Amino acid sequence: MSEKRLTIKKRLHIIKHRLRGNKMAPAFSAFHTFLFTPDETTHSGSHIRSADDLKRTMNMVIMALIPVLLFSFFNTGYQHFAAIDAASGTPRVVSLWENFLTWENFWLGFKLVMPLVIISYGVGLLVEFIFAVIKGHEVEEGYLVTGMLVPLIVPIDTPLWMLAVAVVFGVVIGKEVFGGTGMNILNPALTIRAFLFFAYPTWMSGDKVWVHGAVARTGTPDAISGETILGSLAQNNAYDYSTADMFFGFIPGSVGETSAFLILLGGLFLIFSKIASWRIMVSAVLGALAMGLIFNGVVDMGWIGEGSSFYSLMNFEFWKHLIVGGLAFGIVYMATDPVTGSQTNRGKWFYGFLIGFLSVMIRVFNPAYPEGVFLAILLMNVFAPTIDHYVVRGNVNRRLKRMKAATIYPKITDGKSEELKAETV
Amino acid sequence: MALLTKKDANLIIDPLADNNPITIQVLGICSALAITAELKASVVMALSVIFVMGVGNVVISLMRNIIPSKIRIIVQLVVIAALVIVVDQVLKAFAYELSKTLAVFVGLIITNCIIMGRFEAFALGNGPWRSFLDGIGNALGYGVILIIVGFFRELLGSGTLFGYPVLGDPIGKTGLYSIGYENNGFMILPPAALIVVGIIIWVQRSRNTALIEEN
Repeated sequence: MSEKRLTIKKRLHIIKHRLRGNKMAPAFSAFHTFLFTPDETTHSGSHIRSADDLKRTMNMVIMALIPVLLFSFFNTGYQHFAAIDAASGTPRVVSLWENFLTWENFWLGFKLVMPLVIISYGVGLLVEFIFAVIKGHEVEEGYLVTGMLVPLIVPIDTPLWMLAVAVVFGVVIGKEVFGGTGMNILNPALTIRAFLFFAYPTWMSGDKVWVHGAVARTGTPDAISGETILGSLAQNNAYDYSTADMFFGFIPGSVGETSAFLILLGGLFLIFSKIASWRIMVSAVLGALAMGLIFNGVVDMGWIGEGSSFYSLMNFEFWKHLIVGGLAFGIVYMATDPVTGSQTNRGKWFYGFLIGFLSVMIRVFNPAYPEGVFLAILLMNVFAPTIDHYVVRGNVNRRLKRMKAATIYPKITDGKSEELKAETV
Repeated sequence: MALLTKKDANLIIDPLADNNPITIQVLGICSALAITAELKASVVMALSVIFVMGVGNVVISLMRNIIPSKIRIIVQLVVIAALVIVVDQVLKAFAYELSKTLAVFVGLIITNCIIMGRFEAFALGNGPWRSFLDGIGNALGYGVILIIVGFFRELLGSGTLFGYPVLGDPIGKTGLYSIGYENNGFMILPPAALIVVGIIIWVQRSRNTALIEEN
């Protein structure tokens, strides 16, 4: 390459310098840094060089979500056709190669899920761009992961305009008012989910929304339905899915939450790439198991009869709570959000444990909707700073005590030498 | 404004915007959250507070020189309570359905900090005419926010204004509903009022940056 020829990288840098101070500068550099490393260098202080910047971190999470997304294409189609078969009296038995991984399933799912993804990203990034231009800061990458999570945690037939309204609400009220990426108290994806749940409950719960076409076909001779397992249990009805179905995800549910297997793989990927905290994941699983065991115990002791509306959910084997509903998805991808979760290691154990514990509790006792993961995580997001505060206080107190026991005070106390001691102990 | 001097006019205008009791002083939030799901209830609540504050401020102002300062809170409470009972009884007599919607919140005007605040801060130190204007001004500032919040919550939450279906019929699927629009159930819940008030505060502060406190 001759010296005169400019590389694309060089050209982009030139455009960037020309745009400096311009209103469009943040928008340009958002795309620019997505492709290339910026040419700026800092001039003072010491720096750590690492390939592990925010964008890389976000990309890893998205990579962990890709299998779940692909699976959701197939499952969306499968659930639709299975519900039609079931309505005509010939229930399907899932078989991976024969009736699950088919082109028909994939294409239907692709046509239904991609609009959700596009709306989620399009609207969310538009809001981010508008805020970046108004406030004059760089476009932040925070929406990359949120935009992928959102379509995976809503029912398949969610009207697109509702999703758009919810995304605007979630990004503005959940994130931008607090100062943008890294400053938010609540997980934006779950804020969006919670907004949808409270604003349009008929589209978010019941036995029609989980399978494509069920809402549109209500009242026609072709009516189909697909109740989630938790939904059946909440009404004390039987469900006919095997444990393997639950684990691998051949069950109705929100778009991407069903496959505990792929979520587990994604979780392991995130743990080994050191993106997500294993402490939160492990403690959340423990919390869910603990609450499940308590409920099982209540039933075993005979404190609650079969007539009770909680009977089926309480009697559900405690470990199965982990593989139905959104618990696995929530624990792996939502609870581990480094911004809204606990920051201290000890705090992470409390934070995670309570998420699992409360999720199962809300799941059983919520009369309107037999799922509680998003509510539990949002609640614990609010408490995470408090947990961290007490962990830090506890640390300070312990060290002060240790210092008192260990320090032999110097004879001349001018205050300064004591402080030095306190820090070195 | 021949009737009012500029100083007097400011007593009414100030609380409407730059010294609004709800958005700037953040007082009286409780009732603003509770009764603003419907525009009608918001308007009635605003009118009730205008009456109580206008009359109350005058009464306290007239009595300001004979109230012993040690028991002034009790005296203020008696005055507010008497006026609130009048409002409550009038509502029960002439708008029974509405008084049921407002339920306990008419009675709770007694504890509305805006009223007590103006008694303490203004009526105890100023003449009846200026106190009257101050009371009306602050109550209007309170009422305006209530009506704005009520407008958005009823429009988005129920698709109606003053009970009239302005967006069409949600069950018969006419108007906006025929193209798939649905009411936003979240707006009927009290947290929505908090968010709407928050957005009003946000807009107001970004338009007038002098209102932002220094850290």
